[in-house]
Amino acid sequence: MRMSATLIAAASALALAAPLHAKTIAVAAGEGAQTRLQEALILAAPGDVVELGAGRFVLTDGLSLDVKGVTVRGKGMDATVLDFTGQKGAGEGLLVTSDDVTLRDFAVENTKGDGIKSKGADNVVYYRVRVTWTGGPKETNGAYGIYPVESIGVLIDGCKVSGASDAGIYVGQSKAITVRYNYVEQSVAGIEIENSRDALVTGNLVTRNTGGILVFDLPNLPVMGGGNTIIEGNLVIANDTPNFAPKGNIVAGVPRGTGVMVMANDGVLVKGNRIADNPTGQVLVVSYPKPFTDKTYNPLPRNVIIDENRFSGGGDDPQLPGGEQLKAAFGGRLPDVIWDGTGKQGPILNYRGAYLSLGIPGPEAGMAGAKPELVEPKIPVVIMFPSTEGAPKALDARARP
Amino acid sequence: MKLLAAALLLSAAALAAKPSDTLRPPVLSAAGPVVNTTLVNDAVISGSEFPARLSDFNFFTDSAASRPGIGVIAYRLNTPLWSDGADKSRFLYLPPKGQATAHGEGLLGLPVGAALIKHFTFGGKLVETRVLLHRADGWVALPYVWNAEQTEARLALAGKRIELVTPAGQAISYAVPNKNQCKDCHSQDGAVIPIGPKAYNLSPQWLAGLRSSGWIDQVPKVSRRIPLWEDRAKVKVADAARGYLDANCAHCHSPQGAASNSGLYLGWTVKDRMALGVNKRPVAAGRGAGPHEFAIVPGKPDQSILLYRMASTEGGVAMPELGRETRDPDGEAVVRAWIAGMH
Repeated sequence: MRMSATLIAAASALALAAPLHAKTIAVAAGEGAQTRLQEALILAAPGDVVELGAGRFVLTDGLSLDVKGVTVRGKGMDATVLDFTGQKGAGEGLLVTSDDVTLRDFAVENTKGDGIKSKGADNVVYYRVRVTWTGGPKETNGAYGIYPVESIGVLIDGCKVSGASDAGIYVGQSKAITVRYNYVEQSVAGIEIENSRDALVTGNLVTRNTGGILVFDLPNLPVMGGGNTIIEGNLVIANDTPNFAPKGNIVAGVPRGTGVMVMANDGVLVKGNRIADNPTGQVLVVSYPKPFTDKTYNPLPRNVIIDENRFSGGGDDPQLPGGEQLKAAFGGRLPDVIWDGTGKQGPILNYRGAYLSLGIPGPEAGMAGAKPELVEPKIPVVIMFPSTEGAPKALDARARP
Repeated sequence: MKLLAAALLLSAAALAAKPSDTLRPPVLSAAGPVVNTTLVNDAVISGSEFPARLSDFNFFTDSAASRPGIGVIAYRLNTPLWSDGADKSRFLYLPPKGQATAHGEGLLGLPVGAALIKHFTFGGKLVETRVLLHRADGWVALPYVWNAEQTEARLALAGKRIELVTPAGQAISYAVPNKNQCKDCHSQDGAVIPIGPKAYNLSPQWLAGLRSSGWIDQVPKVSRRIPLWEDRAKVKVADAARGYLDANCAHCHSPQGAASNSGLYLGWTVKDRMALGVNKRPVAAGRGAGPHEFAIVPGKPDQSILLYRMASTEGGVAMPELGRETRDPDGEAVVRAWIAGMH
């Protein structure tokens, strides 16, 4: 009998994909959890599964994983809890610095700094992970819940974050990103895509944050030029928690009650979302408002396309300078789409309706120079829609084998 | 201190001695091994295991690890990393026939088989010893914790918390880093590397001694050295502060370090004022920024995030993130004076 060449190729591909001696290392909650769990994370070999038992792991220090291709799996986001309430040191609960890691089915609570950070960790999967600060929104909560940075290939799927004093889910300086089916509440920013490209943010519920979904590009960073991002099919509902970010943070400037906010960036499509009851503005398109010296940085929003979305409510309690007068001028409610007026061209509206231009002459002018007006959208001549499939397809298989 | 002094003396004597053969271990002859218990165990350094005890390396000739073995050379940094006031003693091990190489002002090139050893002592008692081993596939960092009897240090892969009192009299829960946390600081583009032995933070005399004994190919050329920490009141405050920031921050805050995404780079040779934090806004500092908007506000240390985080001991705010439970008043003072005088 002869095997076909294809079959042989497939078989050897399989053999290569699955390490020969992959093993499962079980770690139970209870006495000595800090040492036992950290040792497991150090001694794991590529391909191994570190399996966390049900229960509460009481931890005093941040954990870290630096082995490629390891899966850390719990018994479910409510059953397995890494409890950092008594954390003494380290900047985050769990730090991942190796590629091809899968984190799934466990929770991280009350870290002093960020919840879970993966840095320079390509092809990372977060699936059904929960990060919670149990005391509700507080300035003393850690900054980011789920925090991949400087990575190519990021999938965040089915996760739940609550109480982050910066962004619940923050993806920074990365590429090929999918953020889908997550639930983020009571954080300053629900989901933030920053200085990143090729991001697909879809099917998420973001509610009761200060701002729902933010797409930012900031100056003076190793990776800039964010864009080609799609925000599609999300529920962006009643993000009305007062901003509790420490003053120095960039998100401290996000007005309470922002639905979707696009700052700087090139190529952002906002499409098919349900955007409701965000009291400042349902969609804000703005430039980076602060002084900068970085000559390679473009502070203006470009090619921002607001396609069909379902809007309702919102804009009825704007936290913008002069917001009350604006509101009165527009009959008690601001238009759904607000542009600060900077850049050559406003957002391209691919739906019937006018948007509010604040008529700010330049990025750093502020509201002092504002000349608000209602702008009827021109029929766009050519639209280059952002197009991306987000994270590589291979990552799907790790979330849903 | 006695221990440190002894070690320094010993290696100073060894360095002064000529010819270099006196420092070199005897070569094992094919006829039969020369039994010498003071030989460093090269097989353990370059193997793939994580030795359970510090003594497995034979870096020292006594169980208290105070007398360096052959090829183990004591050194100091002009300005060191501050670790809750711990007394530290540092050693470089070079294998037989191994030689360090000069690479400009930065890190010395160290051959495979080399090791760096650092003792941490509080109140005259050894608490931990960290070793960095240069293996064929890269550097490996391992922490060893000393027993109460001071006779043995055992590997603590997952780190450990130790209750102790600092020289300033503060009772702290001292954190021995786990193996991965070693890498948090000892990392460049994801690979483990040494931090300390950069030519610009080493004494020219020590480097000259290394050269004359044949342990290094040439003396590295250094245009500007970090000043000695004990001379901080005598030198330009900017030099003292920049030296301190290099030794305490720049291993992460560099374009290749763990804090690369911050855009804040604090190395000795950095010239870009924005990268150094002057009027630079934080990126992902979270609540670490406190009420402040810029890393450094010239002339205003109390409005500068840099000093705010140095002066905090709270997780999520305190910098460095690892290895500091208490405040360093001397370090804060130089950084404060530097920012205050800046315009």
